[in-house]
Amino acid sequence: MLQPRTLQINGEARTVTAPDDMPLLWVLRDILGLTGTKFGCGIAQCGACTVHVGGAAVRSCLLPVGAVGARPVTTIERVGETEAGARVQDAWLELEVVQCGYCQSGQIMSATALLNRIPKPDDADIDAAMAGNICRCGTYIRIRDAIKRAAARA
Amino acid sequence: MTRDVLSPGVSRRVLLGAGVGGVLLVGLHLPTGGRSAAAQPGTPFNAFIRIDREGAVTLVMPQVEMGQGVYTSISMILAEELDADFARVRVEHAPPDEAHYTNPMLGVQATGNSNSIRGWWMPLRKAGAGTRAVLVQAAAQRWGVAPGACRTEAGQVIHPASDRRLGYGDLVGRAAALKVPSDPPLKTPGEFRLVGKPLKRLDTPEKVNGKTVYGIDVRPPGCRYATLMASPVKGGTVASVDDAEARLVPGVQQVVVLDDLVAVVGEHMWAAKRGLEALKITWNDGPNGQVDSAQVWAQIRKASAQEGVVARQRGDADKALAGGQVVTAEFEMPFLAHAAMEPMNCTALVTPGGCELWLGAQAITRVQSHVAQALGLPPAKVKINQHLLGGGFGRRLEADMAVKSARIAQKVDGPVKVVWTREEDIRQDIVRPVYHDRIWAKLSGDRIVAWKYRITGSAVIARWLPPGYQKGVDPDAVDSAVDIPYDVPDLRVEYVRDEPPGVSTGFWRGVGPNNNVFAIESFIDELAKKAGKDPVAFRRANLGKSPRLRAVLDLAAEQAGWGSPLPPRCGRGVATQVSFGSFIATVVEVEVDEDGDIHLKRANIAVDTGIAVNPDTIIAQLQGGLIFGLTAALYGEITLDKGRIQQSNFHDYRMLRIDQTPPIAVHLVKSGEPAGGIGEAGTTAAFASLRNAIYAATGKPLRRIPFNRELLAKGAGA
Repeated sequence: MLQPRTLQINGEARTVTAPDDMPLLWVLRDILGLTGTKFGCGIAQCGACTVHVGGAAVRSCLLPVGAVGARPVTTIERVGETEAGARVQDAWLELEVVQCGYCQSGQIMSATALLNRIPKPDDADIDAAMAGNICRCGTYIRIRDAIKRAAARA
Repeated sequence: MTRDVLSPGVSRRVLLGAGVGGVLLVGLHLPTGGRSAAAQPGTPFNAFIRIDREGAVTLVMPQVEMGQGVYTSISMILAEELDADFARVRVEHAPPDEAHYTNPMLGVQATGNSNSIRGWWMPLRKAGAGTRAVLVQAAAQRWGVAPGACRTEAGQVIHPASDRRLGYGDLVGRAAALKVPSDPPLKTPGEFRLVGKPLKRLDTPEKVNGKTVYGIDVRPPGCRYATLMASPVKGGTVASVDDAEARLVPGVQQVVVLDDLVAVVGEHMWAAKRGLEALKITWNDGPNGQVDSAQVWAQIRKASAQEGVVARQRGDADKALAGGQVVTAEFEMPFLAHAAMEPMNCTALVTPGGCELWLGAQAITRVQSHVAQALGLPPAKVKINQHLLGGGFGRRLEADMAVKSARIAQKVDGPVKVVWTREEDIRQDIVRPVYHDRIWAKLSGDRIVAWKYRITGSAVIARWLPPGYQKGVDPDAVDSAVDIPYDVPDLRVEYVRDEPPGVSTGFWRGVGPNNNVFAIESFIDELAKKAGKDPVAFRRANLGKSPRLRAVLDLAAEQAGWGSPLPPRCGRGVATQVSFGSFIATVVEVEVDEDGDIHLKRANIAVDTGIAVNPDTIIAQLQGGLIFGLTAALYGEITLDKGRIQQSNFHDYRMLRIDQTPPIAVHLVKSGEPAGGIGEAGTTAAFASLRNAIYAATGKPLRRIPFNRELLAKGAGA
């Protein structure tokens, strides 16, 4: 039988029972009820499922929960409690980036990880960090501007 | 059956205080659905406005929010004439109710064709002004003064002469007894306080912190999770299912086999997905099992060789085209999938005598009636909880996802959330149809003197809204063809209905005008070349009767630096359009490298959309719409083999990404004309403007979407 495992999610220890190969995405959404992280493609092509694991942006749709270990996981629900995450969310609101919003959890998680890694990203840095996140509404222009706005506030 | 699992009707206030970006206090009162306005808290003054005794104003949205910003724009219109305190309005989804929420332009309760603001501008202004009128009357009665001596501002009636004021909440009781006038006086545009200002969207705060509950996010107590595979061939059925291995997958609870689909139900989506993958299903493909793309194209090209039904006639185009030099070309557009970021899904609970659904739908009454019919229930027994949509683009005008989910739920004990994998989402799309267009024209100097345009394609409207299909013409397929803005004395527009085999066809962002404007504006560039004229100058010469379009053409050309030199293999392309009631000119600049790859450099869009309710939304919609269209122009094509859609996910159905997206500047022309539509229009603008830029850069006249790189490589034949 499956053994319970403990994950560090948004600063809390959460115990779940799930098979090793179950992607973190479905643990978050269907077991823990953290539905802010989205399902988009299931093959790491769209970035809607992006979360932070050990501070790095990862696609949770392909990350087996068995590979997470003790590394801390941060999701969109609590990224606003981090300094960079709050700056990114504020910039998103100021520039009115969002349209349908479905991809924006992933966009914000990718953008926050970028700023934590490169505080003043140039256009090439933004391209490299954000090209894995698809927005079907086409909010890319404002995403780029909002990342620069957030970076300028550091 | 009322189950308050999601606390419908309970306000979830979002308090941002004096938060960022000037956002004060906004409220989304979501979700509701299934209840009449009268059952909700607060006093209803009509189907759109309720006010409670604390003065809280609830606005009921007759259109759905799928990213286009319409909840905010509609709230602005209502609050403008009501003189509500915009920082305190709350927004609520309308329930399925054709009597009150039918879009005046569409004739059904649905959101599409850029009809929201165009259809509701006047009715909602009157709803707001009528409510304001009875509030003023109530205050005037209480004070014993003339209503004309009072004014309103931010949720208060004010009597300036005595410096008295009363909040709307204090007046609700008395005002509710008064008759709301149906034709109240309206503000003049000079009196607008909200309309025309770039206001913050009401739905954004919960979309940046993960709190928005899309349909795919609902979790009613006891909810199970399912995913499905329907017959990969249209009209096919299940032949056999071996579920022995699927039942061994941990977390799998049930395998549901229906005539045309198989679903696996489990503790979570992962179990359901792995269970589905472990099934061995064989299908009876039925009559469409051998359909392929070659057959589709052969059929439509043949159909297009026949004369069509006349959609518009002026003078005698055939006579004018007889003899002399006729310019002609053919254009094609492929099948397209919608690929909304939120995959198709619906959560359903079927109980004896009833059904409850949770989803984001563009046409909520269609969902209700189709599910009722599938389950043999009266429509009133199908309760729908509407949610914000993670993209619609026309895909969520359909009811198939709700019907399939409800049919699965009939076999499941308790609520079941049915989520399409991305692969299923694309393979079971109701695709934008293929089109084949032919245009013939004749020039006299730099003037177009004769024009014949034949559009061949599926009549989506004949399926979706049969009364809209009259006399053999699909009004959507010819929407931007019948009223071309150019001064052509002899004109004939024809439509040939050709239903492609093997697919269901549906609406897709930009709808019929995408195809019309692609063909017309690409052809105009070819005519300009024939006439030896610059594309902008040629258009100007032929747009004598369309000053609004000429004005945006001049503006776009100026902003784009039209005519200034560019490096080799770079080019600018222009396209103009009058579509959805908006006048738009777009200039795209590209570089085509020696391998034929297309690099987008920049775009300028000039727009006269009449009164701009929320200018910030208009800019965002035109940028996003253009990107949606550029994506299809560069990559979009759904193909068929053995009756099956061959694309399945974003690796083979590509999307434009941020690193390929150019700067897009939008230039608004100030206008007092009636508001035009905007959500579709940016997409329509993309195809010909990009095509003409490639034409300018390479001299290659591409006539088919998506653009074929092989034709553009250095040294490739014409």
